[in-house]
Amino acid sequence: MAILVFIEQREGRIRPIAHEALGAAVRLAGTLGGPVVGVCCAASDPGLAALGEAGADRVLLASHEAFANYDGAGFTAAIAAAVAAVSPALVLVPASALGKDLAPRIAALTNTGLAADCVALEAEGGRLVATRAVYAGKARLKVTFRATPAIASLRPKMFAPPPRATGKSAAVEPLAFTWDAAIPRARVTGHAAAAGGKLDVTEAEIVVSGGRGLKGPEHFALVEALADALGASVGASRAVVDAGWRPHGDQVGQTGKTVAPKLYVAVGISGAIQHLAGMSSSKCIVAINKDPDAPIFKVADYGIVGDLFEVVPALTTALRQTS
Amino acid sequence: MLQIVCIKQVPDTETRVKVAPDGRSLEPAGVTWILNPYDEFAVEGALQLKEKLGAGEVVVISLGAAGVATTLRSALAMGADRAIHLKTDAVALDSLAVARSLAAAIRPLSPGLIWLGKTAVDDDSASVGPMLATLLGLPCATAISKFELDGAVARVEREIEGGSERVELPTPCVVTTDKGLNQPRYASLKGIMAAKKKPIDEPIAEPGQPGLEVLALELPPPRAAGRIVGEGAGAVPELLRVLRDEAKVI
Repeated sequence: MAILVFIEQREGRIRPIAHEALGAAVRLAGTLGGPVVGVCCAASDPGLAALGEAGADRVLLASHEAFANYDGAGFTAAIAAAVAAVSPALVLVPASALGKDLAPRIAALTNTGLAADCVALEAEGGRLVATRAVYAGKARLKVTFRATPAIASLRPKMFAPPPRATGKSAAVEPLAFTWDAAIPRARVTGHAAAAGGKLDVTEAEIVVSGGRGLKGPEHFALVEALADALGASVGASRAVVDAGWRPHGDQVGQTGKTVAPKLYVAVGISGAIQHLAGMSSSKCIVAINKDPDAPIFKVADYGIVGDLFEVVPALTTALRQTS
Repeated sequence: MLQIVCIKQVPDTETRVKVAPDGRSLEPAGVTWILNPYDEFAVEGALQLKEKLGAGEVVVISLGAAGVATTLRSALAMGADRAIHLKTDAVALDSLAVARSLAAAIRPLSPGLIWLGKTAVDDDSASVGPMLATLLGLPCATAISKFELDGAVARVEREIEGGSERVELPTPCVVTTDKGLNQPRYASLKGIMAAKKKPIDEPIAEPGQPGLEVLALELPPPRAAGRIVGEGAGAVPELLRVLRDEAKVI
């Protein structure tokens, strides 16, 4: 049976996260069999044929002028049409800001189970087993699906893109669906870019986060300089977000974002359990803290005990000299 | 206007998770239960709107066993007018079963606005809001950090990767709330006393069949012990060496 993959695009460009979902689909297709079929909602073709190199056998294009922006009701209707056309065993959606809104709607419309924000997805003994991080990563819930199609949204950075099949092209086919103007719908009326144009902490390869050890919002310049030298995005602990030093979108932890970058650098963060929950699936963790007993050192791969006001500038300077 | 706020009782965020003997659920012994932090923004949003409009009613609704009543009382103490406790002893209900239960209870009430927290910090699915909207055929905006009602149109802002998105939706509609939307109030002593007298209806929930089956709840594999590479700025060269040569992350 087929695996249907939602291909996310923004402003006419396929988002890199689409490749993570295709990566999961290609691996599962090895066990489940069946083609990997993409479905994309867009105002016009964002270059879908190229997804052949990322393992898509074909891609259905639901095009409508309203799809220049996210249209939850319209996207859901289009995906439901794709589900009816392809009869997939599994529908994969990235757990992005858009995907987290869309995947539950698809599940409600198809009346099937959604495993949201999965960190792993395997075919075991003839059934699909999804692993979800719960309690912000303090535990993992393994679930299976009672009905077809199974729907899973995939946490960013947890699924590797597929090996590139150079030169392969996916067939792009128009998808017939009904865009019902009578449905009351939420409409996107505008966008604003975040200051600095940095990647969101959930998407960044490297994240440098600052905590109360910085003593004041003005000292976040140290964290920003280090992040700059590393090509990283800046995160923050709950304490400093609650104190109003940083916007809530920067918060990493149980009441903020869960991140899994390649490298996570915690600066002046003691490591409250609710913060650790949000970052402990990072591949490599570095902690800089003056308190050798700080809980952050229990999850850190590498630590420096010391005054961050000396260590961080030294680290930034050393990185700039060697790059 | 009638506003509904869907709330959930969750373990305190400082809880150390232990797995119950069934291997599939949280060991409840020793857990402190709180109102889901994101739901506080939803309750506050509804109360502020009611105050601004100077009219209407705020009804909080929650699904669960007997213990959920204390969380409903805390929302009543914040200022909600009345509560609905959708009673069920079923455990391992997935988001779809919860959304179905809520939809069945809410549909006959024809609310103008339905508020939920963007996610519950226990299950972390962030799914019930958009599922409920879909089941009720209502427009929906998730994870909003700004809200304004202009006649019959809600204008909201939500964070997306790398920025934010402005969204307009006609009422009746569903919104789920993110941190930053407002500063939830503390219940006053007067509010707490008044909450004791506010009515809580107790209909039986109709969740239907969940879409998921829970196989296991497990603790994540522990991280291998790390090491302190040194003290002070003098340890920087060694840190850079291990990041390049051992971890290969820079």
